[in-house]
Amino acid sequence: MSGLRPWQELSPGGTIRPTDAEKPKTGSWRTGIKPLADLSKCTNCLLCWLYCPDSAILIEDTTFVGFDDYFCKGCEVCAAVCPVGAIEMVPEETETPERWVMRSDESAS
Amino acid sequence: MSRLKRIAKNQNGVQPLGGGHALCQGCGVPSIIRTVLSSIDTPVIVVNATGCLEVATSRYPITAWNVPWIHSAFENTAATASGIEAAYKALKRRGTLPGGDKEVTIVAFGGDGGTYDIGLQALSGALERGHRFLYVCYDNGAYMNTGIQRSGATPYGADTTTSPVGASDPIGKLQQHKDLTAIAAAHHIPYVGQSSGARWQDLSAKVERAVALGGPAFMNVMSDCPLGWGHESKVGIDVMRAAQDSLFWPLFEVVNGDYRLTYRPRKVIPVVDFLKMQRRFAHLFKPGNEAVLEAIQQQVEDEWVRLLKLCGEEVRELPVVKPAEETEAVVGAVA
Amino acid sequence: MPVKTQEGAQLLTGGDAVANAMAQIDPDVFPVYPITPQTPIIQTFAKLVANGKASTEIVNVESEHSAMSATIGSALAGARSMTATSSQGLALMAEVVYIAAGMRAPIVMAVGNRALSAPLNIHCDHSDSMMIRDSGVIQLFAESVQEAYDLMVMAPRIAEHPDVMLPVLVCQDGFTLTHSEEPLELTPDEVVKDFVGEYHVPLPLLDVENVTTKGIFALQDYYTELRYAMNAAMEKAVPVIEEVFGEYSKIVDRPFGILEEYEIEGAERVIFLMGSTAGTIKDVVDELRAKGEKVGLLRLVSYRPFPAEQIRKALAGATEVIVLDRSDAPGSVPSLHSEMAAALYGSSAKLRAHVFGLGGRELVPDEARAIFAGEAPTHIALRS
Repeated sequence: MSGLRPWQELSPGGTIRPTDAEKPKTGSWRTGIKPLADLSKCTNCLLCWLYCPDSAILIEDTTFVGFDDYFCKGCEVCAAVCPVGAIEMVPEETETPERWVMRSDESAS
Repeated sequence: MSRLKRIAKNQNGVQPLGGGHALCQGCGVPSIIRTVLSSIDTPVIVVNATGCLEVATSRYPITAWNVPWIHSAFENTAATASGIEAAYKALKRRGTLPGGDKEVTIVAFGGDGGTYDIGLQALSGALERGHRFLYVCYDNGAYMNTGIQRSGATPYGADTTTSPVGASDPIGKLQQHKDLTAIAAAHHIPYVGQSSGARWQDLSAKVERAVALGGPAFMNVMSDCPLGWGHESKVGIDVMRAAQDSLFWPLFEVVNGDYRLTYRPRKVIPVVDFLKMQRRFAHLFKPGNEAVLEAIQQQVEDEWVRLLKLCGEEVRELPVVKPAEETEAVVGAVA
Repeated sequence: MPVKTQEGAQLLTGGDAVANAMAQIDPDVFPVYPITPQTPIIQTFAKLVANGKASTEIVNVESEHSAMSATIGSALAGARSMTATSSQGLALMAEVVYIAAGMRAPIVMAVGNRALSAPLNIHCDHSDSMMIRDSGVIQLFAESVQEAYDLMVMAPRIAEHPDVMLPVLVCQDGFTLTHSEEPLELTPDEVVKDFVGEYHVPLPLLDVENVTTKGIFALQDYYTELRYAMNAAMEKAVPVIEEVFGEYSKIVDRPFGILEEYEIEGAERVIFLMGSTAGTIKDVVDELRAKGEKVGLLRLVSYRPFPAEQIRKALAGATEVIVLDRSDAPGSVPSLHSEMAAALYGSSAKLRAHVFGLGGRELVPDEARAIFAGEAPTHIALRS
């Protein structure tokens, strides 16, 4: 178990500050598909943001800006709840349009 | 601004429960947490019962929580929240609150096992004492975290690992689920609500009303569980909507003792349309269980009529009262 | 320099005395559930609050389980928090006592020790405290009403010390102390207030600007380390207790120790026990000493942390150590017996042990004489 901290370095009772906490890459749970959005259809209703179990819908202020590749588990809930069919699940290897903000592993860890 | 945009800006625009947790793919609980906490415009303090939500979000040294959060045990969530509320009152009175005289909202989350069953005493005590807090039960109808064992919330006829269907029990759970919402209402607290993870506007508006009334407030919120219910994760919202449209899980609230219906389906669907979407009820569609399906339909209708009367609503003839013809579990149910 | 204590000694029960200490400390929150023989503590305290002597937020919860749970919540939220219990109540809250310790909540709990069911019994023995011996809470045992009061005044300083951060239980014998009046000196209010100081807990939950996650789930990778940290805190608690005892001792001009050595000097046969029965033993020690017998008493105040090192040192001259446990351990030997055996391992002193006082049965001087004489049965006063 290398890389784990010794007992002296742990806060009493194991209290964690979110700012110090690791964020595991749950994006690795995806099994071959990922969401892709068609901005021309998106009405910015934010239902995908509300229903995503993994906080993987990225918004800026209240505007949809993309998916968080690092956290998205590929559950398809976003595509299912989108009222205008703007989100579809595509094969993992599909090229992601540049306009989508896809968080890199580095920025999330 | 739409309600959704407004609540996206609450909690300083930060997701109270962020990513990186280990809840199942497509879990119905996080969106309930998001809707509840983001509908509150003061800082929140979250108290969490042992359960899926807790273990999956707080595995040391990881946390998915971006708001103050505490867990101590399974059955004591309401008691822990009582202590925090008492601390808040005491420190506010003495002028020693950290960070000044700030309003905070204390929100407790427990699953149905931690609320209907093992945590009921602590919940009842806290409601009776009148602490200012909101308790939200996310009810997915079984002990999902420990492997889908039946709870007091498990519906009649559900196949769980401790109410398994077999040669001598073709039905599954043989008892009705406990009416926890009514039990909470019997405490005559300012606010009691029943909502659903599929009806976010209903849920959000109820949270706002509950918090505005001060508390104690209790909400019983249906949450789907793809694993325990046996459906594909992407259809969770549809399954829960079917629970509302079939009157299986009605949405209502009790504000200072007055019952009010908050959702009346335009077209009522048969309960089998809800049941057939889930593997946990698949056995009920086998030949020989027709009477069970009819009994469930009748039970749901009786409860609905009882609720309509409580709410002072007109009791109209139900558009659909007979189970549909289909006898096979279909649409989205995972084999 | 010792301050002058309040005019003259007062006559109070142990329950009233501890309630008075609590009122002087004036904790922020006191969640509690009634149980005999803890009730005098909570009734007197409630009355003191009702009369404006303290302004604590009392939460009358619906069970001891909830009492400790609410106390954990309030203590970690940032409020000085206390509770009180006995017997079945301690048993019911046992789950959460472990959690309070593991979450490092600096709670103070007054305990009126009482036997555990079945059969139901309301009188004193130490079974309830023994049940949670490995929970990670500090347990201090009083001999007298005065000592129960003083320990209560000192307890918050020990619990809240940054090196410790563990719950402290102030234990007194049910009925024998909780309901019996003894003369005692109360320390003046302002002296108690100054001594106890302000409550501080790192990163309180109510500090919404500094967000924390508390009460985490830890698996194979961190559970061992997080639990081990409590061992380390217990080790550090010994000097902390001694330091706090020393400081308070100077103020009130009464001696305090994690152990009380009574006629240990030159003693060959030494009784080792906890609680109010020490009074009876002391009388018999005096009597036997007067007859030239080399007997003594070592009374344990700090049951947890168990000061094995100090015990070994205090018993260096003894040829026979007689342990009196006020609890039984069916299938094995009780706690003090086994821990004394461990502490004395390698020593030439003989070890003898007895169980006494279960369910409130008194230990009388004749029995104490028989114990010293080596003529008492393993279970004192057992009819057979």
